[in-house]
Amino acid sequence: MTGPLTDEALAALIESHRRQKGALLPLLHAVQAACGYIPETAIAAIAKALRISRAELEGVVSFYADFRRSPPNLHRLRICRAESCRATGSEALWLAAQGAPADIDVEAVYCLGACAASPAAEYDGRLLCRLDPARVARLLQEGKS
Amino acid sequence: MTVRVRISEDSVACALGANEVAAALAAALAERGLQAEVVRVSARGLYWLEPLLEVDTDTGSFGYGPVTAADIDSLLDAGLMQGGAHPLALGPVDALPYLVRQQRLVFARAGLTRPLSLDDYLERGGYAGLKRLLAMGEDAFLAELEASGLRGRGGAAFPAHIKWQSVRTQADTERYVVCNADEGDSGAYADRMLLEGDPYALLEGMAIAALCVGAEQGYVYVRSEYPQAIEKLRQAVARAEAAGFLGGDIAGSGRAFRVEVRAGAGAYICGEESALIESIEGRRGQVRARPPLPAVSGLFGKPTLVHNVLSLASLPVIARDGGAAFYHFGRERSRGTLALTLAGSLRQCGLVETAFGPTLGELVNDFGGGARTGCVKAVQVGGPLGAWLTPDDFELPLDYEAFAARGAILGHGSVVAVDETCDMAGMARLAFTFCAAESCGKCTPCRVGSVRGGEIVDRLMAGSHHAADDVALLLELTDTLRDASLCALGGMLHYPVRSALEHFPGEFTERGPQ
Repeated sequence: MTGPLTDEALAALIESHRRQKGALLPLLHAVQAACGYIPETAIAAIAKALRISRAELEGVVSFYADFRRSPPNLHRLRICRAESCRATGSEALWLAAQGAPADIDVEAVYCLGACAASPAAEYDGRLLCRLDPARVARLLQEGKS
Repeated sequence: MTVRVRISEDSVACALGANEVAAALAAALAERGLQAEVVRVSARGLYWLEPLLEVDTDTGSFGYGPVTAADIDSLLDAGLMQGGAHPLALGPVDALPYLVRQQRLVFARAGLTRPLSLDDYLERGGYAGLKRLLAMGEDAFLAELEASGLRGRGGAAFPAHIKWQSVRTQADTERYVVCNADEGDSGAYADRMLLEGDPYALLEGMAIAALCVGAEQGYVYVRSEYPQAIEKLRQAVARAEAAGFLGGDIAGSGRAFRVEVRAGAGAYICGEESALIESIEGRRGQVRARPPLPAVSGLFGKPTLVHNVLSLASLPVIARDGGAAFYHFGRERSRGTLALTLAGSLRQCGLVETAFGPTLGELVNDFGGGARTGCVKAVQVGGPLGAWLTPDDFELPLDYEAFAARGAILGHGSVVAVDETCDMAGMARLAFTFCAAESCGKCTPCRVGSVRGGEIVDRLMAGSHHAADDVALLLELTDTLRDASLCALGGMLHYPVRSALEHFPGEFTERGPQ
């Protein structure tokens, strides 16, 4: 589970990565794994520790879809909308997910590698295959609780 | 012998219920006081049969699938432990036509071994290649590699030995081996299967490459959409190090090679090798202009051998059996085997590792079983940047040059089939949407052209009053993208768009006002 990132925890993460070659992505992943996003305090501390400008760091964070600058929602549903899933009904899943409750983020993703059992989605990190709109609707109901 | 039941722990098999089936089986065995070992193995790649049970008995192995937890009692009543008859019984899985017609070299262990068991890996030919390399020396192996005819499996199909030679002959002795495991193309999942199911094959291949090109450090860059693959690989690296197959002294050679597993962060473009290198270095995954090639100046500015997962995983086979044995498979200039992945609307979606040569039609109809409903309308081979082909092209042999001559690509061998309900203009729109979302933004044709192209398709789909002009503009735009983009993302976008237009012009121009 993730929680607020204390200064000590942040310093420990930075310390464990600072001598690694090309440390930035592993460090950003570690920070996000610890608190769910990349907080302001981490931006300042990482820029200083890795001797890169804040602008460069923000540029990296914003380039990658995985990194977020604000706390995540309670749940996340990622629906694959790439070719294989598209050919097997992903757009109906996407439509079914449009009325999602406020505590569920619905995002598009391009391929989860589950193309042999399309259409696929991921709910809170769990891979789901051969989905249909009814099952998406059930997921959204459960998520609301 | 104790009866053994194999159930896959592959992420897609688990998404289809393999964990629930394994738990139900274990509970039912305990309840009935039956003795059997339930082991979790890699996937066979027969996904329409997952969750698949394979029972190893004194009289042979028997398959059952697709099984649900609710089937367990009836399976046991029917004599599952002895391979008894049941509506879900498949007989010996090795004898299924889908597998009999394949030549599995790289995926020889698929469905048979526990992914993280080094013992299982060693028992089935693992590390024999590395040992043979150490015995024969690097120069001799390079000759074997050339004789094998291996070409890069990531899509570009560049002869492997040429890349190796150029890394090897650089003056700088700090060199790297990088595995591109950023398998982002829709329809492709062979890399995922290998990473999750047989990680030591990749690590052995990387060690072989590293010894030959003189690298002491390797990186595997795995896309973050594959969390199970990342976890498996990290554990495999730790175990291989503990057993002396990685680390300071590989297999008693006195040579060092270490591997670090890096997670991507949701950027498709990092599958392009120079963007991947930028990403490992800690920057935005933007494409580098070439020259210099990574072989000259790659990771951290050093000579770097970048290979796809399956190129590297082919090396243990080539090292163990020899280059000639590998060359024996395939045809013309396409040698060895290719791991194709069937996806989309096919009846039997799964992995097909076969020597080059069978036709596209055999792949789609004989292996894939045709469309789940209706007929196959078109197939896209080689990922979202591959061309659409129709049943008229089903005589095409699986061969890099034959596909290129038809204006298509074989690429890494993914095959996505669509049925008659598919709107091909919508697929062209998807290609632009995807390119716009994933463009790294460095070159203008890709960054801007992907957006403008999407707008043109939108106009056509809404029933453009100037359809002929819009189509001409679309063709001109894809030419510009092809000729002026910095990398394959923009540079290959013309394949899916133009082929859809070529085969299904009416779906673009005859939509009428809506």
